[in-house]
Amino acid sequence: MAKLYSERSIKHLNNVQPREETVKFLLNYSKALSVINCNKMKFEALLN
Amino acid sequence: MQNQVISDAILVSSYINGDENALETLINRHKQRVYSFIYSKVYDKDIAEDIFQDTFIKVIRTLKRGAYNEEGKFLPWIMRISHNLIIDHFRRNNRMPKFDNSGEFSIFSVLSDNALNAEKQIIKDQLENDVRRLIEELPEDQKQVLLMRMYNDMSFKEISDKTGVSINTALGRMRYALINMRKIIEKHNIILTN
Repeated sequence: MAKLYSERSIKHLNNVQPREETVKFLLNYSKALSVINCNKMKFEALLN
Repeated sequence: MQNQVISDAILVSSYINGDENALETLINRHKQRVYSFIYSKVYDKDIAEDIFQDTFIKVIRTLKRGAYNEEGKFLPWIMRISHNLIIDHFRRNNRMPKFDNSGEFSIFSVLSDNALNAEKQIIKDQLENDVRRLIEELPEDQKQVLLMRMYNDMSFKEISDKTGVSINTALGRMRYALINMRKIIEKHNIILTN
């Protein structure tokens, strides 16, 4: 299928940003996630 | 100002060593580029948001597990992850990007459905039946040539071979068949238009 290009979508791309909630979620996820090393094995734990 | 100076490599290293603020700096530094890249492929804000989130979840998990090799290519690495997730998304959905039809250009101006609707299909079937009944009224020799020519799509050479008459005779029979059909149509005032 041919790609569709239009000026509108190209202009629009410069302003797009992820939502603030998404970034906050990622930061909280990072804080909650801890990796536990145990005999060469790695376990992930989400601690809220 | 300090954020501009600190390189990605140092921030990644700080983050691995437990500095959560380093991740915030990294996300804020690259979020626009990563998100617009994803959006340029999927053209849907919610899906782009999901893929953006999954990208950074993968980044966080890889960094926390210590599985990341620092080669000074942090951004290309994130872009590769997001690219792979975009491919996964399309594989899962097995479809092309959704076209945003809210702009001036309407996709339906170039896409059309040529199939007949139910009413037109019925009219077409009736017309074809009328024509078939007209053909049945023709003398056998003319009917035979007309059916071979119009329904079997045979050439006059093939018709002449099959019927054992000359091409000119076959042409003549076809001509008379059409003249006779027109006569019947005029005589009975049959309307054959869609």
